[in-house]
Amino acid sequence: MNNRITSLFERKKKDILNIYFTAGYPELDDTARILKHISTLDVDLVEIGIPFSDPLADGPTIQNSGSIALENGISLAKIFEQLEGVRETVDTPIILMGYLNSLLQFGEKEFCQRCEEVGVDGLIIPDMPLGYYQKHYETLFKKHGLVNIMLVTPETSEERIREIDAKSEAFIYAVSSNSITGGSVNVNAQVEYYNRLNAMNLTTPHLIGFGVSDRDSFNNVCQYSAGGIIGSAFIKAINQEGALEENVTKFITEIRSKN
Amino acid sequence: MKHLIDENGFYGEFGGAFIPEMLYPNVKELQDNYKEITSSKSFQQEFRKILKEYVGRPTPLYYSKNLSTKYGAKLYLKREDLNHTGAHKINNTIGQIILAQRLGKKRIIAETGAGQHGVATATACALMGMDCTIYMGAIDIERQAPNVKKMKMLGAKVVPATSGSKTLKDATNEAIRAWIQNPVDTHYIIGSVVGPHPYPQMVADFQSVISEEIQIQLATEEGTTKPDYVIACVGGGSNAIGAFYHFIDNNHTKLIAVEAAGLGVSSGKTAASIALGKKGIIHASKTYLMQTNDGQIVEPHSISAGLDYPGIGPVHSYLYDSSKAEFTSVTDQEALDAGMQLARTEGIIPALESSHALAQLEKMNFKSSDVVVVNLSGRGDKDMGTYEKYVK
Ligand SMILES: Cc1ncc(COP(=O)(O)O)c(C=O)c1O
Repeated sequence: MNNRITSLFERKKKDILNIYFTAGYPELDDTARILKHISTLDVDLVEIGIPFSDPLADGPTIQNSGSIALENGISLAKIFEQLEGVRETVDTPIILMGYLNSLLQFGEKEFCQRCEEVGVDGLIIPDMPLGYYQKHYETLFKKHGLVNIMLVTPETSEERIREIDAKSEAFIYAVSSNSITGGSVNVNAQVEYYNRLNAMNLTTPHLIGFGVSDRDSFNNVCQYSAGGIIGSAFIKAINQEGALEENVTKFITEIRSKN
Repeated sequence: MKHLIDENGFYGEFGGAFIPEMLYPNVKELQDNYKEITSSKSFQQEFRKILKEYVGRPTPLYYSKNLSTKYGAKLYLKREDLNHTGAHKINNTIGQIILAQRLGKKRIIAETGAGQHGVATATACALMGMDCTIYMGAIDIERQAPNVKKMKMLGAKVVPATSGSKTLKDATNEAIRAWIQNPVDTHYIIGSVVGPHPYPQMVADFQSVISEEIQIQLATEEGTTKPDYVIACVGGGSNAIGAFYHFIDNNHTKLIAVEAAGLGVSSGKTAASIALGKKGIIHASKTYLMQTNDGQIVEPHSISAGLDYPGIGPVHSYLYDSSKAEFTSVTDQEALDAGMQLARTEGIIPALESSHALAQLEKMNFKSSDVVVVNLSGRGDKDMGTYEKYVK
């Protein structure tokens, strides 16, 4: 399959930086603006959050950004409109992250169809169970060239990790701790878990996310995986005073700075 | 009614466990163990003993002469309000806390709307010596203040949910998030037949004691085990399913579930999930819920905190779709009127939730021979503030 995410992971094995941001935030029309700007920076992958009224897996920062985006008037239909045409300039792989109810109401087939049309490469639907994916979505995702990215946590059993590994095409999202998004990772406490994951010799690489917030925590998780995912900290950074593009550049440059 | 659910927790197309991976071990542990534990003889003995000696079961099935005369039928009230802590909620919390102990859990978390489930959970925790944290919407903390004081006196920590509508839905979100962050030693006692499988089934099983008793009591009183009507209010639907449980498979008894219409079903300020709902996922379960075209869950309204929920337990969506129960709704005003009437004619102050079931009586056309059971799910002490404003 020629998918931007799988190609990325074939090409690059270390220090992959995945940035999450919420669609329609801080302003309704910032989705494509942030995406276009990020694609000029040293970011390997972006995840765009589909705002949902009741995001069970998210902490206060992402919840709030989603509420504001909804007040701004964002909807799934609007997100697809905003992404229309971005592939003319943006080559960065794009993942949409959202909750299953949004897909159900949009229409599952129409959703996958629109993803393909605007150039989305992968999906993270945290509340879609593996068995349900296999039964209802796998064929549909494949047909539209979408990879499904699944989560594992410190409590996930080895058996289930292997099952998820076998069903993963691009990467596994390793949740750093027993946490919702935006928690603070104590990297030292998690070394046992990271080592355990690596010792399994999985066929799919993994990125570590939830609580990765700055250069140090990013570099730390990179030691144990193919890279890290930053969400809440990025959202806080772009909500600061000053021009959006400058805030984005400042944050990414800081994460990637070497010393 | 056990045959209605499949092994993955679906009632027809409703239910299931749409949980993020972070909750998978917690929920799987319950799925793998609850049946064996709760059906064991020693569990049932302990559960029944506490229900009898501590909760005060069986609750009376009270024949109301005044209501019978007024509505022209044989009218019975199932007095769940006479349970310890004042509502049916404790049937479930006792069952779940015994289960939690047998799973080796040390901490209990729960959400609450009216505070009845919170009080029942705090009570069970005090009894069993378990640490207890209750999540409650900031708005509900205000409008159900007496219950907040009780929970604190019982030793529970009450944490306000400040996101969204600051009511039951948001308290449930916060409780689920707390469970994600404490996966090993903590059990989450859900207060209704909602949430991921196996909760809807488990809670229904614990509440089924209500209709089990109604059957026995009616056999003595009326010489039948099949009433003509059973009427109950539905928030998530636990008192309703408890009252319906043993009657679902007979096609004589008409089951009537009463939702909260708030200011009216089409007023935009309502909690009538079946009347307005579309199929979707709320709190990890597929069911009817109030939502926008974009799939955003709509903030509900009901004068009664316990019914102020935008979804409904999956079993009820199934009962509705398969026409095994009838769903109606009652407005804030109609419920208040019915609550006042019961106070004045029977000397019973009902919970505002239960007043919704009572208000349905006004809309019925009974035959004089009809045996009608209204599930009086709780007492109204917690609602005195609201009733007081209404009397003025
Ligand atoms: C007295 C009473 N009745 C009914 C309900 C509604 O819940 P359910 O529909 O689960 O019975 C509540 C909830 O708090 C309650 O306190």
